[in-house]
Amino acid sequence: MPAMNEATRNLADTEADTRPGRRIDVVSLYPKDMNIYGDWGNVLTVMRRLSLYGYDPVLHEYNQGDPWPEHVDLILGGGGQDNGQKKITDDLFARADTLRALAADGVPMLMICGLYQLFGEYFETVDGTRLDGIGILGAYTVGREHRMIGNLVEHSEEFGDIIGYENHSGQTFLTGDTKPLGRVDADGTGNNGTDHTEGARFGNVIGTYMHGSVLPKNPRLADGLIRIAAERRYGAFAPRQDDQQAAELRRIDDIAQHARDVAASRPR
Amino acid sequence: MTQQLSPVSGGRQDSAAPVDSAQSAPAQSVPAPKRPWYAFATPTIGRAVRHASRLLHHGGSALPGKVVERIDPGFLARTLGSLPYGVVLVSGTNGKTTTTRMVASMLSDMGLRVFTNPTGSNFTRGVVSSLLTQVSAFGHLHADIAVLELDEAYAVHFVRQVRPRYALLLNVMRDQLDRFGEIDNTARLLAHVARATTGTVVLNREDPRIARLADEVQPGVQVRYFGLSQALRSYFPSDDDMHNADMRAADAHAGDVQDVETQPANAGSAYVPDRLNADVTLTHVGDHEATYRIADHDIATSVKLEGVYNLFNAAAAATVVRAVTADTPQGVASDDDLIASLSRVTPAFGRGETISVGGTPVELLLVKNPMGFRLSLASFPPAGHDTMIIINDEYADGRDMSWLWDVDFTGLRGTGVASVSGTRAWDMALRLEYDQVPVSHVDTDLEQAVADFVAADPSTPKRIYCTYTAMLRTRAKLSHITDVADAGVGR
Repeated sequence: MPAMNEATRNLADTEADTRPGRRIDVVSLYPKDMNIYGDWGNVLTVMRRLSLYGYDPVLHEYNQGDPWPEHVDLILGGGGQDNGQKKITDDLFARADTLRALAADGVPMLMICGLYQLFGEYFETVDGTRLDGIGILGAYTVGREHRMIGNLVEHSEEFGDIIGYENHSGQTFLTGDTKPLGRVDADGTGNNGTDHTEGARFGNVIGTYMHGSVLPKNPRLADGLIRIAAERRYGAFAPRQDDQQAAELRRIDDIAQHARDVAASRPR
Repeated sequence: MTQQLSPVSGGRQDSAAPVDSAQSAPAQSVPAPKRPWYAFATPTIGRAVRHASRLLHHGGSALPGKVVERIDPGFLARTLGSLPYGVVLVSGTNGKTTTTRMVASMLSDMGLRVFTNPTGSNFTRGVVSSLLTQVSAFGHLHADIAVLELDEAYAVHFVRQVRPRYALLLNVMRDQLDRFGEIDNTARLLAHVARATTGTVVLNREDPRIARLADEVQPGVQVRYFGLSQALRSYFPSDDDMHNADMRAADAHAGDVQDVETQPANAGSAYVPDRLNADVTLTHVGDHEATYRIADHDIATSVKLEGVYNLFNAAAAATVVRAVTADTPQGVASDDDLIASLSRVTPAFGRGETISVGGTPVELLLVKNPMGFRLSLASFPPAGHDTMIIINDEYADGRDMSWLWDVDFTGLRGTGVASVSGTRAWDMALRLEYDQVPVSHVDTDLEQAVADFVAADPSTPKRIYCTYTAMLRTRAKLSHITDVADAGVGR
């Protein structure tokens, strides 16, 4: 049976190794334990779009205990079960200074659900126990019995409407200079169900509860991350596509638009 | 080791005592609701409701069950408690329906009268509803044993009322997280079932979360395992392995099929299945053939079932049937008879069921979670077939489409996918696009897309992967075109 990771390795390493091209180093953070909401789709989307823009993406799957990659242009992290979150917490704290330095340096990062919460200041469980986060985002989360589940559309000034699916019982509140990623229309949805915010953004670090996966259906968000990564490494985002790559990207975006229209029309 | 069964006594049937209270297992008994004075009329009332709901075109198979649960909450325990060989409960994320069908079919072949719940009614209310169609007016069920498929959450509800004599626990996989929460939580649900079982608990040796349930059984309760040879394990990556390439590399280098018991276990894995002795092991899979190792004997057989995971489920079924026959006065059925019986089992509704449309075989495959979809794709090579995928997002299918991104579709690159449909056809098309799988046709109109797909190129066999509600609608559409067997599916 072909393995997912092998598929990406083909996509990434071989192309990067054989062409003296414009390499972009993408880190998938804890793919072994933090991957439950289709977060693989986000990795696949970034890798494929980078290729179609004429860059040479290299994927680093970073799990606890692994050596940290020498160069990092973009970081993607996902959601996990309680058990998975417990397993990675020590390692995340061991890497916290590195991650904070990269964030301060402007490296684009997208953290979904569990890692969004861990990138915040703390998580207070239902019984009042306080678990620290690594504090990259000005956000804290309070555990609640009630889960917020369902299809969701949020409005973002920079990325347009972001369409996905939320499923979380933690309610997140933003602090300081951290801004929401977008606004939601209905009570009972988004970060905490009350203030109509969803997700968080501080510098180039984005946290969100959106799965679906979020990046395939929201190409503007994917391209936003890619653009920052390219600008940081090469001074500008400069696609170099042949006609076939350009056509392929148009086809992907056309299908994504259909998928967005349908998703936005479905019941919660 | 074998648990002594208490013979059926008249006195036991008269009492409203909980099921299996006469068993030797020391577990505390389940407090059964008191039998109401009008209990004698329960079957009649239930049937009347069923009849009325049909007349009113309500169509719900669960309604009579709901009424009976309300008016006579002890009905289920009392009726199933009268069975001389008790209840076999089948639960787990994937394969319940096929496995239940296999167990029921094999036990019938052994000469037992079997009551089983029809496909799609895998919750207690559905069991009550189907019991109502089977019991006599006085509430007597003419069966020796019941084989019941129950959803993990409903299984917990069920064992509070009826303690199964046998439990067959198949697997825990990631399935529609918005419904059950996390897989560790699903395993906790099944632990309740293991604890409530009075006779034998049959566990999947290859699924660490299931195998661990051996620690949960009551003293005196027997534990049996079904397993895979090491070489076949690579077909069944667990959710935990999904993103772990090293594990797969280790599997790829695994030893010969025949050396199962002596092979060292996976070096990288903390869980070592070979430490446990499996009662029935699937050791070889071929084209409509399989080999099972039972008590050190390899028995090769032809099979009607499709797909390696169904053949593994057959090992599960054979294990629980061996446990049952060990307890019957007729004695143990010969293993050859057992496997011969297994070879005759046909696939259940939507689990590799093949419908002939104008002479073209159209195979229907239910997909409901990433691992099941991956196993199906791995089991059915696409070459020589036209492939269609139909993804709906109704409640029964799961509304979150994230799961499609955890399925690897690259195996379809060579043949491409002829048609994609369902409410979430465009999500599926997008998924395939990112795996660089060519898609010929996308149409959210399911009925039209199915009609077009089966009509095109009649010389090529067809294969349709669909989610649950998509399966119901696909079968309904095909039944307008051709003869489709009644699957006994409650709507």
